[in-house]
Amino acid sequence: MKPSRNGRVTARKAWQGCAFALFWLSGIAAMAVMLAVVGYVVVRGAPELSLSFFTTSPRGGLSGDGGIASTIVATAYLVVMTMAFAAPLGIGAGIYLVEYAGNSRNRIATTFLKLSRFGSETLAGVPSIIFGLFGYALFVTAMHFGFSLLSASLAGACLILPVVVRTAEEALKAVPEGYREASLSLGATRWETIRKVVLPSALPGLTTGIILGVGRILSETAVFYVTLGGSYRTPTSVLSSGRTMALHVYYLAMETRAFEKAMATGAVLVILIIIVNLAINAVSRRLSAGSRS
Amino acid sequence: MTRKGAVESAMRTVLLCAGLASLLIVAMTGIFILREAMPAFREVGVWRLLSGSEWRPGQELYGLLPMIAGSGLVTLGAVCLGLPIALGCGIFLAETAPGWIRGVVKPSIELLAGIPSVVYGLFGLVVLVPAVRGFDYPGNAGFGLLSASIVLAVMILPTIASVSEVAIRSVPDEYRKGALALGSTRWEMIRTVVLPAARSGILSAVVLGLGRAVGETIAMIMVIGNSVMMPSAMGGPLPGIFLSRARTLTGNIAVEMSYATGLHSSALFATGVVLFVLIMLVNSAARALMARNAGGGRG
Amino acid sequence: MADTVPRLRTAGYNLYYGSFRALRDITIDIPENSITAIIGPSGCGKSTFLRSFNRMNELIPGVTVTGKVLLDGEDIFRADVVALRRKVGMVFQRPNPFPKSIFDNVSYGPRIHGTRDRGVLASIVERSLRDAALWDEVKDDQQKSALALSGGQQQRLCIARALAVEPEVILMDEPASALDPVATMRIEELMQSLKQRYTIVIVTHNMQQAARVSDFTAFMMTDGFRAGNLVEFGATKQIFTTPADSRTEDYISGRFG
Repeated sequence: MKPSRNGRVTARKAWQGCAFALFWLSGIAAMAVMLAVVGYVVVRGAPELSLSFFTTSPRGGLSGDGGIASTIVATAYLVVMTMAFAAPLGIGAGIYLVEYAGNSRNRIATTFLKLSRFGSETLAGVPSIIFGLFGYALFVTAMHFGFSLLSASLAGACLILPVVVRTAEEALKAVPEGYREASLSLGATRWETIRKVVLPSALPGLTTGIILGVGRILSETAVFYVTLGGSYRTPTSVLSSGRTMALHVYYLAMETRAFEKAMATGAVLVILIIIVNLAINAVSRRLSAGSRS
Repeated sequence: MTRKGAVESAMRTVLLCAGLASLLIVAMTGIFILREAMPAFREVGVWRLLSGSEWRPGQELYGLLPMIAGSGLVTLGAVCLGLPIALGCGIFLAETAPGWIRGVVKPSIELLAGIPSVVYGLFGLVVLVPAVRGFDYPGNAGFGLLSASIVLAVMILPTIASVSEVAIRSVPDEYRKGALALGSTRWEMIRTVVLPAARSGILSAVVLGLGRAVGETIAMIMVIGNSVMMPSAMGGPLPGIFLSRARTLTGNIAVEMSYATGLHSSALFATGVVLFVLIMLVNSAARALMARNAGGGRG
Repeated sequence: MADTVPRLRTAGYNLYYGSFRALRDITIDIPENSITAIIGPSGCGKSTFLRSFNRMNELIPGVTVTGKVLLDGEDIFRADVVALRRKVGMVFQRPNPFPKSIFDNVSYGPRIHGTRDRGVLASIVERSLRDAALWDEVKDDQQKSALALSGGQQQRLCIARALAVEPEVILMDEPASALDPVATMRIEELMQSLKQRYTIVIVTHNMQQAARVSDFTAFMMTDGFRAGNLVEFGATKQIFTTPADSRTEDYISGRFG
């Protein structure tokens, strides 16, 4: 820095320059890390990606032969089953909290509201392996479902329930109060109001919650590691053991040491997650566009 | 009208049950894990579980101290590495980034948050572990706290960056205008007005990141080595401790769950209880900080 | 007033938010086929009072009421709330059409109450839109989103939506306060034509509007305990020219002066 009459101002500007340069670096570093991880996995996995990779199942053994067909099937079953448990429960809980308990001064309802908010906040912070333990103790062992899609999807539902409840609550709270008042003043009951006016308006927000849940199930490994068993065969019933794509990556990397196959499976997962993120952005963009028009 | 009334009260009940279910799940998670952990607490004792430095299920020795140290150190390492960059990103996105670059960096961070932990573990296993193995240090095998800290630093970056971005954004614009009107540079404004005003929000972002770090399982198993041992610097300078292998509390559960029986299994549930309590402490700290932030914002 | 039949009547009506009394001891007879305006300073409870007639206050946690509110001599708190709100329609301060088409907005009420036939619905929609003086503007585009209408059109749509369930009474809570003068004038004209068939109660903070449109005026004010009560009720002409209570005169002259 050249000395000048405005030396102090120059020095202050220089500090600002340094600080802002560091912020730029941080932002670029975050982007670089993302590109490095995604790029590395996709580039190293790409040679393995072919049609047969998606249509053949792993053959087991130590070579890591075969594709990922059965893991795609298991992942799809697991996502559908988990959402079948979690979506109605979570959205139902959200509706109760916002539309009924929130409008009541009844002692029981308000206590319930507090407890249930505490419940879903607590659940949201619990590490997934704890749900694995819980699922193992309750579903695998105590209820004798064994290592199965059923056990895993129940444990998975517990894991994503808080996400679904919270996004449902937010989506419902964003529905203007005027819609409810208008509907009620026309003689609709609470439930008619919810079904015909509130839920349709909250649909994009509710969808976001569901997609977030799907993303969470796709990427979760720890819970399914201790509840799903890990068989690479195509599941045939809800009591079948199975292996999700994420679990398959783990087994390929840690047991088979078939890194190329692991990278390829990881690349498929990352691409799915990118699609999930794009979907969420698209829905929320439609959401904000809808509320403006 | 009576049919409507019946539908109305039926739906109310159904929805109430859905609400109750989420409560029930929390209660059941707690109850089940505690119940399964009881034998270990009774037979080993809480203090010996927490302070014992030996974990040898074959000899009925159940001490969690090495895993507590492992979880603690790897979290510390991750925070040291990740926090500066994460906060830098938060400030960058909220205050100084031009629109176009924000439009690239923000989705990058969202994607970082979405990448499955098994993919981070894989990346760590294939790229970081061999790189760390390059350091010439006694006992260094690449697997260990340093590799795990780097992986974890990347995993907590998006949490801290996006929560602190929101905290910084929620600082009222009047504060900024006030500082600028007094002749501050933009950086002085950020440092003296915006960051102090967003302080508790940023703190809770850090605490949330801590929670995520302590709870991470799969990526840790893949890179930390999983040896049950007190991390040590192997006689070298103290930072050398990060080249030591270790095991986290979460890893302890996941690695041994599938074959544990009897007291061993119960001790793993006890590990879960310790983890749960740790996370609850971290989370209630976060909630207290956020409540204070909200209160301060109104006052 | 003796020659008109009271349609709505309250007697010794009190309303509490928890332990706070917001309305004190209100007794009023609102005549049929007329427009009654409720005026008073802000915070005097006029909107809360209006919402008593269709029990909308029940949506607010902690509200309790004592005393009587009668519609055609029947206690509204004993009646089924759905049936009551069908008879007592409401138009809100801010236009609040549903994010649906014009047709779906107007047909919402009849559908809820069990009309399924498309042809019947279409004729109800047409009649309601005509009555709300909106038909000519939207008849060719009834599938258009209601949110695309102007503020004044939206408010007339809300009136049409209320008319579609064939109410006997229409409550209007400052229906023109969010509208420009031209749209306000149209709403006022509409009210004049509606009063032939409906009993209208309107809350307004605009005294000129009360003087222009209403047949009867109720003046409310808060007492020393911040509870709203009815100071004076009578023919609009009398209230605005020779008020019986000095507080009414102060309020009216203060506002005009």
